[in-house]
Amino acid sequence: MNNLNSLQYFLPELFLSASILIIIIVDLLLKKDKKIITAYLSVLAVLVAFFLAYRQYNYAFTSLFEGMIVLDSFAVYFKVLTALSTIIVIFISMPAFRRHSEYYILLLVVTLGMFLMVEVNDLLMIIIAMEMVGIISYVLAGFNKFNMKSNEASLKYVLYGAASTGVMAFGFSYIYGLTGHTNLFAIQQAIVGHSLQPLPVFIAFVMVVAGLGYKIAMVPFHFWVPDVYEGAPTPITAFLSVGPKAAGIALFIRFLITVVAHPASQTTFIQNVQIQAPLLLAVLAVVTMTLGNVSALGQKNIKRMLGYSAIAHVGYMMMALVVFNTRGFTAIMFYMVVYMFMNFGAFWVVQSMTPHLGSEDISAYKGLGYRHPLTAVAMAVFMLSLTGIPPFAGFIGKVYLFAAIIKQNWYTLAVIGVINGVISLYYYAYVIKVMFLDRDEEIKAISVPLYDRVLLWLLLIPVLALGVYWGPLIDLAHNSIGFFFGN
Amino acid sequence: MIQLESYLIISAIVFVLGIFTILYKKNAVGILMGVELILNSVNLNFIAFARYIDTYINGQLVAIFIIILAASEAAVALAIILNMYRDRRSVDVTKMDEMKN
Repeated sequence: MNNLNSLQYFLPELFLSASILIIIIVDLLLKKDKKIITAYLSVLAVLVAFFLAYRQYNYAFTSLFEGMIVLDSFAVYFKVLTALSTIIVIFISMPAFRRHSEYYILLLVVTLGMFLMVEVNDLLMIIIAMEMVGIISYVLAGFNKFNMKSNEASLKYVLYGAASTGVMAFGFSYIYGLTGHTNLFAIQQAIVGHSLQPLPVFIAFVMVVAGLGYKIAMVPFHFWVPDVYEGAPTPITAFLSVGPKAAGIALFIRFLITVVAHPASQTTFIQNVQIQAPLLLAVLAVVTMTLGNVSALGQKNIKRMLGYSAIAHVGYMMMALVVFNTRGFTAIMFYMVVYMFMNFGAFWVVQSMTPHLGSEDISAYKGLGYRHPLTAVAMAVFMLSLTGIPPFAGFIGKVYLFAAIIKQNWYTLAVIGVINGVISLYYYAYVIKVMFLDRDEEIKAISVPLYDRVLLWLLLIPVLALGVYWGPLIDLAHNSIGFFFGN
Repeated sequence: MIQLESYLIISAIVFVLGIFTILYKKNAVGILMGVELILNSVNLNFIAFARYIDTYINGQLVAIFIIILAASEAAVALAIILNMYRDRRSVDVTKMDEMKN
C-alpha cells in the first residue's frame, strides 16, 4: 500500500506522535507546582492510543508504507499490551515524580517506539524502532541524575546497548548482502529461492539473535540486567522488565516466523539452510532460566532479585519459542500479560514501601505482615504467582508454556523447566518468610495512602482473576497469532 | 575496478577492531569509539552491498539512517558519561562497582 493510503491504518501512532508534541508545548506553559497535569495528559494520550489500537484488532492483514510496516492482529495484541504497561507505569510513577514532567513525555516516546517495534517488516525499521526504545530507555534509567547508582545503571545500559545494536546491525548487513533485500518477506523469498552458503547465514543469524537477545535480557547477553534493574528508578525497572521486553519478544517471534521459518509450512524451522535453530534456542532457554534462578538465590536487594527473576522468566518464555507452533506462541503471549500484572504488582509494592522501610533490602521487609497486612499479603500473592503456584495467574501461564513443549516431546526441556520452578520457590518464598515469620518486638504500623491501596488492588485483582478465569484471554492470544498460520 | 571482497574485508577488520576496543578499553569514551567503529563497518557493508548486489538503493538508505542513529546514540551516551564524570571525577568503567555484592 502506498504511503498516503497507509496513513488511515496508522492512526494510533499518528495520534501518539501528535500528542507527544502537544504535551511538550502544554508542559512549557504549566507552572512549576502544576507539572503533574502532564502526567494526567500522558495517561489520557496513551489511553486514546490504546483504544485506537484496539479498534484495529480485526483488520485483515495489511502491508503499510510500501512494506515497511505490517498491521495484523499479532501486532495489535502487543500494541494493546505495551500501551497498557505504559499506563500502569505512569500510575506507578505519579507519587514519586510529581515535578519531573519530561519523564512522562519520554515514556510516551518509548511507547511510540514499542508500537513500531511490534509491527516492523523491514531491517531498517527494526533498527530504527529498537533504537527509539533503546535510546530513551538509557535516559530513563539514569533519570535520578544525582543518584550514583542511577548514573552507573544508565552508563552500563548505554554501553552494552550500543554495542549489541551495532552487532545486530552488522548481522543485518550480511543478511542484506546474502539476499539483496531489506524487506523481511523478500528476504524469506530469496532464502527459499537461492541456495545460500550456510556459514554466513549462521553468522548473521547469531549476530541478530545477539541484538534481540540483549533487548529481552537473554543469557549470554544479560550482563546489564542486574545492575540496571537495581540502579534505575523503581518504576523504570518495572517498565523495562515488561514493556520493552514484550516488544522485543514480539519482534523476535516476527523475525523467526518471517525470516527463519519456511513459508509453506510455518511450523517448521528453516528452509534449505541448516542452522539448527530449535536446538540453539532450547540451549539458550535452559541456560537463561537456570542462570537467572541460581543467581537470584543469594540476592539481598529486592530489585536485584527481581531482576534475576526477570531473566529466569525470559527463559521460561523462550522455552515455548523452541517448539515454534501456534500453541507455543499463544502460551508466550498469554504469559506476557500475566507476567505484566504480577511483575508490576511486585515492583509497586517495592516502590510504595521503600519510603516507609527506608531500604530496598529484603531484610527491611521483616515483619511487614504485621505492620501492613494488606501490602504483605499482596506481595505474597505476587511472589507465589511468579513462582507458578496455583490458584494464581502465574500457574496458568506456566501450564500453557509446559503444555506447548510437552506436546512436541521436548521432555528434557520440560523437566529442566520444572526443576527451575522449584529453585525459584526458594527465593520467592524467602521474601514471604521474612514478611510473616520474622517479626520485631514492637510492631510499628505503616499507614498507606488510599492511592497506593487502590493501585495495589487494581494490580492484585487481575492476578487473582486470571488464575481462575483465563478463557477469553487465551482465546484472544490464540486468534491474534492465527494469521501467521493461515487461519 | 575494486571488487566487493575488498570492501567486505575492510569492514570485517573495522568490525573486529571495534569489538576489541569495546572489550579492552577502560575509558567509557573509548568504548563509545569502539561502538562507532562497529556502526561504520555496518555502513560500509550496506553501501558496498547496495552498489554490487541490490538493484535499488535500500542499503544506502539504511546507511544514512544508521549515521543518524549513531549520532543520537553518541549524544545520549556522552551526556550520561558527562553526568558520571561530575559525580566521581572519573570515567573508568572498571571502577564502577557501586552495586556488586
